[in-house]
Amino acid sequence: MKTRRLLPILPVLTLLAMLGPVVAGLYGTALPAFGHLPAAGLTGPSLNPFFELFDWAGLPRAVMLSLGVGVGATVIALTIVMLLTAGWSGTRAFRFLECLLSPLLSVPHAAAAFGLAFLITPSGWISRALSPAVTGWDRPPDLLIVQDPLGLTMMAGLVIKEVPFLLLITLAALGQADTTRSMAVAQALGYGRVTGWLKTVFPRVYAQIRLAVYVVLAYSMSVVDVAVILGPNTPPSLSVYIVRLMSDPDLAMRLQGAAAALLQLGLVIGALIIWRIGEVVVAALGLRWIMAGHRGKIDPVVGAFALLASGACAFAVVVGIVVLGVWSFAGFWSFPDFLPDQFTLRNWMRFGPNTLAALGETALIAGCVTLVALVLTIGCLEAEYRHGLTLSQRGMWLLYLPLLVPQTAFLPGLQTLMLNIGADVGRVPVMLAHLVFVLPYVFLSLADPFRAWDARMGTIANALGARPDRVLWAVRLPMLLRPILTAMAVGLSVSVGQYLATLLIGGGRVATLTTEAVALASGGDRRAIGVYGLMQTGAALVPFTLALIVPAIVWRNRKGLRHG
Amino acid sequence: MVKGLTLGNVAISKGGTPLLSLSATVAPGEVLSIMGPSGVGKSTLLAFVTGTLAPVFSASGSVHLDGQDITHTPPHQRRVGILFQDDLLFPHLSVGANLAFGLQVGGTKQERLAKINAALTEVGLEGFANRDPATLSGGQKARVALMRMLLSEPSALLLDEPFSRLDSALRAQVRELVFARASARGLPVLMVTHDAEDAAAAGGEIITLTPIQ
Repeated sequence: MKTRRLLPILPVLTLLAMLGPVVAGLYGTALPAFGHLPAAGLTGPSLNPFFELFDWAGLPRAVMLSLGVGVGATVIALTIVMLLTAGWSGTRAFRFLECLLSPLLSVPHAAAAFGLAFLITPSGWISRALSPAVTGWDRPPDLLIVQDPLGLTMMAGLVIKEVPFLLLITLAALGQADTTRSMAVAQALGYGRVTGWLKTVFPRVYAQIRLAVYVVLAYSMSVVDVAVILGPNTPPSLSVYIVRLMSDPDLAMRLQGAAAALLQLGLVIGALIIWRIGEVVVAALGLRWIMAGHRGKIDPVVGAFALLASGACAFAVVVGIVVLGVWSFAGFWSFPDFLPDQFTLRNWMRFGPNTLAALGETALIAGCVTLVALVLTIGCLEAEYRHGLTLSQRGMWLLYLPLLVPQTAFLPGLQTLMLNIGADVGRVPVMLAHLVFVLPYVFLSLADPFRAWDARMGTIANALGARPDRVLWAVRLPMLLRPILTAMAVGLSVSVGQYLATLLIGGGRVATLTTEAVALASGGDRRAIGVYGLMQTGAALVPFTLALIVPAIVWRNRKGLRHG
Repeated sequence: MVKGLTLGNVAISKGGTPLLSLSATVAPGEVLSIMGPSGVGKSTLLAFVTGTLAPVFSASGSVHLDGQDITHTPPHQRRVGILFQDDLLFPHLSVGANLAFGLQVGGTKQERLAKINAALTEVGLEGFANRDPATLSGGQKARVALMRMLLSEPSALLLDEPFSRLDSALRAQVRELVFARASARGLPVLMVTHDAEDAAAAGGEIITLTPIQ
């Protein structure tokens, strides 16, 4: 039996595909950081790369930016999501936000960042809507909003994307916590919605979403594309500085870049430790708050604030995409007009051919990577079902590990390593790098529905004489069509949104919609950004739409699967 | 050759704690009812017989079917049919396709269709082949599930609380149908239930399991 031999090695293969590049990349970062780079004729060990890094005058600011933006975005996003869930779960407003969740999640970070920029710049849509009637401006005021030195806009750009992510994870966790009865008891004891939820449900839910929160923290501290678009330039955040050094034609700059990458890794580890300590402190304070017995007098205010804040996040993403669309069709558009003088297809004619080429590249990479990730994931889950090879709680950490190690720490090393062994940069290495990020998300998305499948269906099919493979292909996979397509859509959108992996591992020669769009950031051609941003959003959004439509059509005559 | 289903010194434990031990023989056309409170391991015993015991359990003893030792046979080759309290019709397949899934391989398309229609007619559901199983009533689903199992031509039938989801009027009717079809085919039937009425209606031997301390 071929499958009997093939299936048990799939979990090993999956771990290798996910962790291999991370480990190799960290190794490839450590060597040049200590002065060892044979390709440039340098052999270590030496501490010079670190000395050079510490000589850079912008370093303290860059480090503070990375820390401040990362921790700030995580605290704000987590607070919004927790208060929103506390105050509104089960209500109609909450269900409306739930419906928006998938599309909001699939919008790539870069597109959302551009959209936000187009909304809030001095000449952005919000300023135009209020001018000159409210503000009295007849030309854009001289304010530095986007790329502000404190990174506040960058933080906002991260928050609007992390809120939907954390909300999704929280919804999954709510299903496993016995929230309804806890809330009924708390409210019967006179507690308000928010206070009751925070005191009874929050500890359980937080324990479940903890790893996802760490992912958000690590990601926000080391993000590159959002930082390039919304973050300050002089100095930039540490991650952007690393990418600049790694893209320098002078190979010797890579040594300093590698040293900065190790510093970035240390920063993230340090921040995670501080966050963990913060959890203990919050738990102790929370216990005192619970003991004091406050029922929550200002709950309605807090709830209203949370709804407003999450509504603003959703608004920023959705209307941001709309304004990208308006710019992509805009002819002449002077300030403070709310809409352009005329709509034209000229921008699309001009940038269309290039975007189509980039779309092809994006689709090819995303398609291959997602298929591989899906096969590995289903193989792992089926091996778990047939042979009892279950991922333990510790195994979950392995799944999250590639998302916890900052991209800027291991991707430069991976690139350097490939340079040293003479491997060519290009499409296939980019696919392997994407797989590191796509696999965990596909696995996390499919694992719960796959495991929730009624195993008695399998027993019945076995008893009817069906071999294990036939049970998988003829019963289990068709029944799981909807979650499988959703997992594919998640995988595709993760791949579409990858910036750093494509840029570094592709050696600048693999042009996807995301790399092309981010490259436009410095030029400031809003029409081009509009075209690329809209294409990028479409590439991520269309699969989600198909994941909704296809099962509805295929199973239109199967009531039992309509809500599956 | 000994016809029927024989359980020889079956002992099942979970994490080192013994759960149940049992020896029994069910002759063709007979029903053996196993009773006992929930948690005593009734369904676990059936999983041992079908070969789908979860890895957390360990078991010793043997299962013989018509003289053949099937203790270590893969589940799909055991020829042991099972019905659960839920109908577990495959929701992505029509009623007819569900039956075709069970029907043994062989025969032309027309012959297979004829067998499926005959099976539906046998339980008063002629013309239901193209229906979505989700649109059937509880009693209709139970009948389709029974015929699907019988079309796979099993050599023994296991019943896991098969009637507990049906209301009392329907219950007697479906119960009678299942026992009649099984006895007409000369199948040994092993039923676990916590319902004394089911066990009495089966008319066979009754074994009551008690928790092992």
